Amino acid sequence: MMLTRRAMLGAALALPVAARAEQFAGRYEPRAEPIADGLWMVRGADAPIEFGNGGAIANSALIATEAGTVLFDPGVSLTHGQALAALALQVTGIPVARVYVSHLHPDHAFGAAAFDPWIVHALPATRKELERDGEGLSDAMYDLLADWMKGTNLVLPLGDVAAGDATFGGRDFRMFALSGHSGGDLALLDRRTGTLIAGDLVFHDRAPSTPHADLPSWRAALDVLEATPHKLLLPGHGPLDTDHTAITQTRDWLDWIDATLRKAVAGGLSMAEAGDIAIPGRFARLKAARYEWQRSVSHFYPGLEEELLPRLQEIRP
Amino acid sequence: MMRPTIFLAAIAALPASASAQALPADPLDSPMWQYHAERLFAGMPVSFDERVKIEMPIIAENQHAFPVAIDARALPGARRIVLFADLNPIPVALDYRPLAAEPFIATRIKLDQATPVRAAVQLEDGSWHLAGKWIDASGGGCSAPPVSRVRGDWAEHLGEIRGSGWHEGSETRLRISFRHPMDTGLVENIPAYNIDNVTVSRADGTPLARMHVFGSVAEDPAFTVIVDDPARTAFSVSARDTGGLEFSGSLAPATRPVMASLHP
Repeated sequence: MMLTRRAMLGAALALPVAARAEQFAGRYEPRAEPIADGLWMVRGADAPIEFGNGGAIANSALIATEAGTVLFDPGVSLTHGQALAALALQVTGIPVARVYVSHLHPDHAFGAAAFDPWIVHALPATRKELERDGEGLSDAMYDLLADWMKGTNLVLPLGDVAAGDATFGGRDFRMFALSGHSGGDLALLDRRTGTLIAGDLVFHDRAPSTPHADLPSWRAALDVLEATPHKLLLPGHGPLDTDHTAITQTRDWLDWIDATLRKAVAGGLSMAEAGDIAIPGRFARLKAARYEWQRSVSHFYPGLEEELLPRLQEIRP
Repeated sequence: MMRPTIFLAAIAALPASASAQALPADPLDSPMWQYHAERLFAGMPVSFDERVKIEMPIIAENQHAFPVAIDARALPGARRIVLFADLNPIPVALDYRPLAAEPFIATRIKLDQATPVRAAVQLEDGSWHLAGKWIDASGGGCSAPPVSRVRGDWAEHLGEIRGSGWHEGSETRLRISFRHPMDTGLVENIPAYNIDNVTVSRADGTPLARMHVFGSVAEDPAFTVIVDDPARTAFSVSARDTGGLEFSGSLAPATRPVMASLHP
């Protein structure tokens, strides 16, 4: 029962005008909160990427150095990146001279469009993943955010980050080349203030998302971050962690989804039913929990069914 | 698309009521409501009915595999369930006949754009009872090649069946999945090729559930059915695809209960 193009066209014309009306984007108005000496946090909305928030859901960090501002995660779009650049200049008094992209996801990476690609640095694994998935992710972002994405071309970071100690503009950092949330996850420790900027390896009071996750690697990455002495932790999503709870909370969520997905598959639930499983009360403070749980069901269920359900004995006629 | 034609012919051959009933207004305000309803329901009485439950996630995370579960167990006399998405190029995904089974079916479908996804349940008296929701999806679920085509290994695993059974009172819930590319025919240079019918039987051959399956069911299709099983027997599953290949397998009697406390 294939629809003819004519039937679809006729139907589209019959749509109420409101449903077809164009929506226009608003303006990004990021705000910087000082959290330590020469270090500001820019909070994203603790929500899914939606037209209403323009996709500005990830946290960013601004670090003042003698050579210019370091921007950790440049936002979701050209205009978002530009707004963050203007904000950086306003609070530090010196333009952005270095951009770090923590991983491939558009809410962290696509604002690189606002910068010279030579100042945009990332892990080589992240560049590879952007080469592989960038176009598809870009299509999805234009579909969701429409006008907000105007002029946002995919910018591949041209600078490589390696694990270990690094100095920029007289400020000492330790760079971590990890993975698990994606194939390449960058974290940065600012030595002067003991602030660990964790990218999406750590979520705080906001449910972790898993579209490219490998749970064993993610847990191993959390072990590395936990073993790294720090005073403050700036998560990829959610509020600043001042009391060393965000890593534990992220691990708790990952352990819960892993165990629960396996229990649901082994217990005979279909994917749609698994999406409706009750989320334990201890996760009540996590924003977007149901949304991320259902996304995780989608990411992992087919693979787990393949792993956990046995092959049927073939019947030979 | 030979099978869908046969499917349409089957619908057209249904006993039409003497005076065709007027269609109720669509609560989802779909541009394709009239078009589909006239063809699918062929003049039989149609109502939107809260006793039909359609369960699906709040977002289409993967438009190639969007999970849907339909539960019409609250509706006495349900004998057929049609799952369709108004704005898909292949709107009907599944036409399910629970013969000695509950009116319950779960599967994964493709979505090509934002669309209503609906369950239409037909009773013994011929009337249709509907539920549905709009779901937003970015494009390409039906018009992008399946993963196994891109990887190139689809033929190595074609027709492999996995599955298991779980007690649910005097019934048994079966989850069955097939390896199959489920080509829609809408991707350049890949003709339509999909599993088009599935039958679940008792080991003695008594058919319990039967379904027509269309190209808008997701690659590597998976189905959940709940069949009568008072004697806790073994089952057999058989399927045929549009290339005429047949796949079959046997399932041992269920030995464990279905996961409890879905909604504690």
